Amino acid sequence: MGIEALLVFPLAGVALILIANFLANLISYKSDNKAKQEPYESGIPTIGPTWIQFRVGYYLFAIIFLIFDVEVIFLMPWAVVFKEVGAVAFIEVLVFLVILGIGLLYAWKKRALRWE
Amino acid sequence: MTANKTIITDFLVDQMQMPVDIAFWVEIVVVAAVYLGVFALLGLFLVWMERRAAAFFQQRLGPNRRGPAGLFQTIADALKLVSKEITGTEKRDKFLYTIAPYFVIVTALMALAVLPFSQELQAFDINLGVFFITSVSSVAVIGIFLAGWASNNKFSLLGGMRSGIQMISYELSIGMVIVAMTVLTGTLQLSEIISFQQEHGWSIWSGHIPAIIGFMIFMIAGTAESNRTPFDLVEAESELGSGYHSEYSGMNFAYYFLAEFVNMFIISAMVVILFFGGWLSPFGITDGIPYVGVFWFVFKTLGVVMLMMWFRWTFPRFRIDQLLTLEWKYLIPISMVNIVFMALVVWLGLTF
Repeated sequence: MGIEALLVFPLAGVALILIANFLANLISYKSDNKAKQEPYESGIPTIGPTWIQFRVGYYLFAIIFLIFDVEVIFLMPWAVVFKEVGAVAFIEVLVFLVILGIGLLYAWKKRALRWE
Repeated sequence: MTANKTIITDFLVDQMQMPVDIAFWVEIVVVAAVYLGVFALLGLFLVWMERRAAAFFQQRLGPNRRGPAGLFQTIADALKLVSKEITGTEKRDKFLYTIAPYFVIVTALMALAVLPFSQELQAFDINLGVFFITSVSSVAVIGIFLAGWASNNKFSLLGGMRSGIQMISYELSIGMVIVAMTVLTGTLQLSEIISFQQEHGWSIWSGHIPAIIGFMIFMIAGTAESNRTPFDLVEAESELGSGYHSEYSGMNFAYYFLAEFVNMFIISAMVVILFFGGWLSPFGITDGIPYVGVFWFVFKTLGVVMLMMWFRWTFPRFRIDQLLTLEWKYLIPISMVNIVFMALVVWLGLTF
């Protein structure tokens, strides 16, 4: 089947959710009270705002992830043509991965990979 | 290209005298509806299997009353979930809270759509198949992260942040293992990967040592990617309530549950396609019989799923710093070296 037909699948997923939610709203028993609308934090009333600053570790890992994810994308076309190109491709990827490895070592040394 | 296209379109055009354009659209709708059904049934079946496997490992009986071996138990659960009120906290970010389930459902459905169930039964055979699956399933993290963020619940937020960091981290090793296996097969197209294995034997055999290392990394990273124990920090029940979907009720919760199990199936299917020959039968014992491949594909995939369920009852849960150390200080360097190793093996012609 043509690739354009793949675009029907997101629509199918959306339709699944819309139909199921419609059915659920149709047949479910509804009740309402003040406590029900509170966030559920194991029965303890929530204190202060939730959307506050969080630790920087998540952000650091996200940045390092970005570098390596782009690396994987660069490696994909290399991997497909590797058998045809041979020796040159091997030396090139060695250089590429060594540079990236130095980048990982740098992050490691800078303690960006430590969760503290 | 695919049998189901020719069968359905030919039937409509020849037997029903339907114009080709309309037949094309009818076919698309039929295929999408079939995949929706497969998606839902697969989720229900895997939930049943998980509960039976858990019972088996704990020497219990598990659900065994509704239908044969308790098969209808999950259908009853699904009906119960439909009849639950869809509610949530009043403080939520309404827009993000509403669109979050769409991300997980749509991505799981699209990844499922390109899987080759057998030589004849593959809806979409795109030339970037493996890449498409990884890229689409990496969008699912947005859905989980949005759910955690929009709930305005501190436990949900923690679960969402953890899911973000965990899923993006382990995606890297999955990507690198795929690169290593692509060096061996020389293609990203799912059907070509399998026909390569038909000629040279299953990849785990023809790629020997680097393929086995890759398989181990892929299993670890795949378990983490689908948020399963021992990497289930995202919804660690004993510390976070139930993590990112605490504030989702009824069907809204069921979507996450469903997508999680279907993602587990997709990861297992990737393992089978990359390492164990997809729909190929062992030693070619059923070669040439059409549609038998479906049995082998599902059989092998459920075997890998069973392995992942086995992990759940074998290993204790990781701490988040252990999780990140495992990925960044062990798996990523190992998989980078593994790419070079695999390239060396292929270059020197040491494959079988």
